[in-house]
Amino acid sequence: MKKPKLNIAVTGLNAIDSPGPGVSVIRALREATSFDTRIIGLSYESLEPGIYMHDLVDRTYSIPYPTAGTDTLLERFEYIQEREKLDVIIPNFDAELYPFIKLENKLKEMGIHMFLPTMHQFEERHKVNLNEFGKKYGVHVPKSKVIYDLNTAHSLVSEFSFPMIVKGKFYDASIAYSIEQVKSCFNKISAKWGLPIIIQEFIHGTEFNVTGLGDGKGKTIAAVPMRKQYITDKGKAWGGISISDEKMLEMTRKFLRTTKWRGGFELELMKNKDGELYLLEINPRLPAWIYLAVGVGQNIPEALVNLAMGRTVKPFTDYAVGKMFVRYSWDMIVDREEFEQISIYGEL
Amino acid sequence: MKLKKNIAVSEAGLLFNPVTGESFSVNPIGTEILNLLREEKTDEQIRSAILAKYSTDNPTFEKDYQDFIGILSHNNLLENHEETKA
Repeated sequence: MKKPKLNIAVTGLNAIDSPGPGVSVIRALREATSFDTRIIGLSYESLEPGIYMHDLVDRTYSIPYPTAGTDTLLERFEYIQEREKLDVIIPNFDAELYPFIKLENKLKEMGIHMFLPTMHQFEERHKVNLNEFGKKYGVHVPKSKVIYDLNTAHSLVSEFSFPMIVKGKFYDASIAYSIEQVKSCFNKISAKWGLPIIIQEFIHGTEFNVTGLGDGKGKTIAAVPMRKQYITDKGKAWGGISISDEKMLEMTRKFLRTTKWRGGFELELMKNKDGELYLLEINPRLPAWIYLAVGVGQNIPEALVNLAMGRTVKPFTDYAVGKMFVRYSWDMIVDREEFEQISIYGEL
Repeated sequence: MKLKKNIAVSEAGLLFNPVTGESFSVNPIGTEILNLLREEKTDEQIRSAILAKYSTDNPTFEKDYQDFIGILSHNNLLENHEETKA
């Protein structure tokens, strides 16, 4: 039977020391067995490496930052849609999910499908609301407090012990060992990502992540847990290994069952010395290490596209344990003309 | 003393705990002892097997063996330890 050909747009083509998931998602889509694909990259900056990976990305369009508003984004997609006839968009950044969720119906009217969490799910799992999330769903979460200014910083000493984690609302987290360091981290992170800042209890232990896919009705379509083996100074996994921790898988199934999560996700977990699992964060999108899931037998981006297209997807029930990913960086040689093309005309 | 069933031991002496994702490397004698533990040999049987094969005395074996078992136990690789501990 002839496979359908889908035009799929993907964001997150950046690859700095905290890489975007886009290139990994595209690699997964290129290996999909249920459809063929033409890949459209969506970029925010002219130096996102995925733009220049012509063996993976067929064409790239720059899109406006989320701060430009949904009307500007919609206008850009009307232009792109006229040329590319997109079937699916996979947004891969936390910060862009809000406008994409808001535009989901309008984009659908244009023939573009997505498979995203609902606005309620997106807001509820936000790290700002983690305490309430933990209480509501019976999950261990580290104690956290949202702060908007430094006037109250001294009162943190009575509520938290050092070290404590200082987190940005979308990205960035630093460990602070003194109130001076809390202030410094507050200023640095809020200057980049805005307010509020989240102060979180530091949990000693081993870091694990789970990536997966929920069907929006409580069913687990995919789940792959991973232990971080090599962690960068930004806390990102530069190497990891798939594991088979039933407790972690059950926590994931419970998360999907109780929240009826729709879409891809990543759970950030910490296991303390007593074996207790703490949920540190829920990222409402696929992680940069998603290609490990493909490598162990669960092509999550492919399943996500099929769900977005309204197809029935059989849940994955198995994966290979003990497979590792080892990340590397790669210098591409790029003609200046290509850089000009994307910088000046916004497409390449 | 039993090695957990799910612990993988390669011929080259690499242990992998699939629950925690931890890996450990052991030397050839360590690998031999792990294989004997796998076969559910008793401490006495392991002692006899090692003393028969290598030129070492009983006190030295006993000390090294207990150290080795202690390390396995500390890293939650033996059957009588809780699966959940990191």
